[in-house]
Amino acid sequence: MKKPYRRRDLLGIRDLSPAEIVGILDTAETFTEISSREVKKVPALRGKTIINLFFEASTRTRTSFELAAKRLSADAVNISVSSSSLSKGETLLDTALNLDAMAPDCIVVRHSSAGVPHQLAKVSQAAIVNAGDGSNEHPTQALLDAMTIREHKKHIDGLEVAIVGDILHSRVARSNIHLLTKLGANVRIAGPGTLVPGDLASFVSDGLTVCPHVEDALHGADVVMILRIQRERQDSAYFPTLREYSIHYGLTNDRLDLARKDAIVLHPGPMNRGIEIASDVADGSRSLILDQVKYGVAVRMAVLYLASGSPTGN
Amino acid sequence: MVEKSRIMDSTSMKRALRRLSTEIAETNQGADDLYLVGIRRRGVPLAERIRDKIEQIEGVKPLYGILDITLYRDDLSTVGANPIVNRTELEEDIDGKTIVLIDDVLYTGRTIRAALDQLMDFGRPKRVQLAVLIDRGREHRELPIQADFVGKTVPTKQTEIIKVMLKEFDDVEAVGIFERP
Repeated sequence: MKKPYRRRDLLGIRDLSPAEIVGILDTAETFTEISSREVKKVPALRGKTIINLFFEASTRTRTSFELAAKRLSADAVNISVSSSSLSKGETLLDTALNLDAMAPDCIVVRHSSAGVPHQLAKVSQAAIVNAGDGSNEHPTQALLDAMTIREHKKHIDGLEVAIVGDILHSRVARSNIHLLTKLGANVRIAGPGTLVPGDLASFVSDGLTVCPHVEDALHGADVVMILRIQRERQDSAYFPTLREYSIHYGLTNDRLDLARKDAIVLHPGPMNRGIEIASDVADGSRSLILDQVKYGVAVRMAVLYLASGSPTGN
Repeated sequence: MVEKSRIMDSTSMKRALRRLSTEIAETNQGADDLYLVGIRRRGVPLAERIRDKIEQIEGVKPLYGILDITLYRDDLSTVGANPIVNRTELEEDIDGKTIVLIDDVLYTGRTIRAALDQLMDFGRPKRVQLAVLIDRGREHRELPIQADFVGKTVPTKQTEIIKVMLKEFDDVEAVGIFERP
């Protein structure tokens, strides 16, 4: 039997083959059972150390990685930027080398700049897992989205997936475009012209359509993925007002009716209710937002297991 | 790998499984509260066959489950990184039940240790028994674990491998001794 994933690091979806993606998803599927047990813990990573190195605030992702590590019996250490030596002037590289000298088996890193996990992977003996780097990639989010889709639709190949919102700043969108098109889905993108990058056509070879109107993307979709409006990035006035964004791009039940009757709704969180998604959609029967969170733990367990399953992390 | 000798064919395997099934039913005085749990991979089809035979004998179908012990192994680093994990499936709560763990070969006892650890994470069975098709003998044991029901005891050298071949995986029903490469 072939091993599903032979890499040490998980830096992005872009470099993964479809077989590797399916391998991670299959492994994650087996880990869902552990979270439903009374004793939610297995000894697989006993004695391993995992550092969650977060340079950006994140409750959901960091907690998800921490729970995943603990359910595999690994020791998890959380480091946030406010308490790190970076605020005292230390360089990123020095921080990485110092952490590395403490011999962790895996470092989970989130940073506001694209490429930081890749840089750390070059100098670190530990396996590096990208928990989001700038506007580049967020591979575990795309994997948990894919797992949520697969659990409900039973397949990904041939599905019509609408991704709506701020594509320009979204690492979630980038990772999802790579993943979903690699697994054979047709991805339709829609959002304000200022928030849809012009080079998307060169992003992947096929399976990607940029729609002029949100309604075009939603029509007949099997999956509707709504992106968070990053209010912290709106100083540059990508659109006039949040109210206007909500009117033109917000997912309401009326807009959702354009999708297939059995369409599912995903959102990577945290949600801006009443802006990119209406509350009655977010809480509606087609919303799988909490399932995404649930599968997030299983996906991260699989990733940590695959990244640090041997003493060398190899 | 070169097969040195064949110690069971399809007929003798069937006979051994029939005897194991009878012994399990007799020892436990029927199939009530009996819970057969196969250890992946080859313990699973063996458990299915034993369940069918006990049902024929007793008219009651024992409970059934599958354990994947991958995440409980103590040798993850020596078997190579990241062995494939499969699902553990237990059709009912194990509390208060008599569990019969079923595997193809008993060698060092470490697989059974992992299975026992895993079972205890799922609940508190009344008792746990062990049934194996082949026991390679106590001299290989690294832990104080013995089988309650044995199809055949086969003294072997460390340099040898016992392979239980089942139609589900190998297209043939047999047990052979092979020289370790």
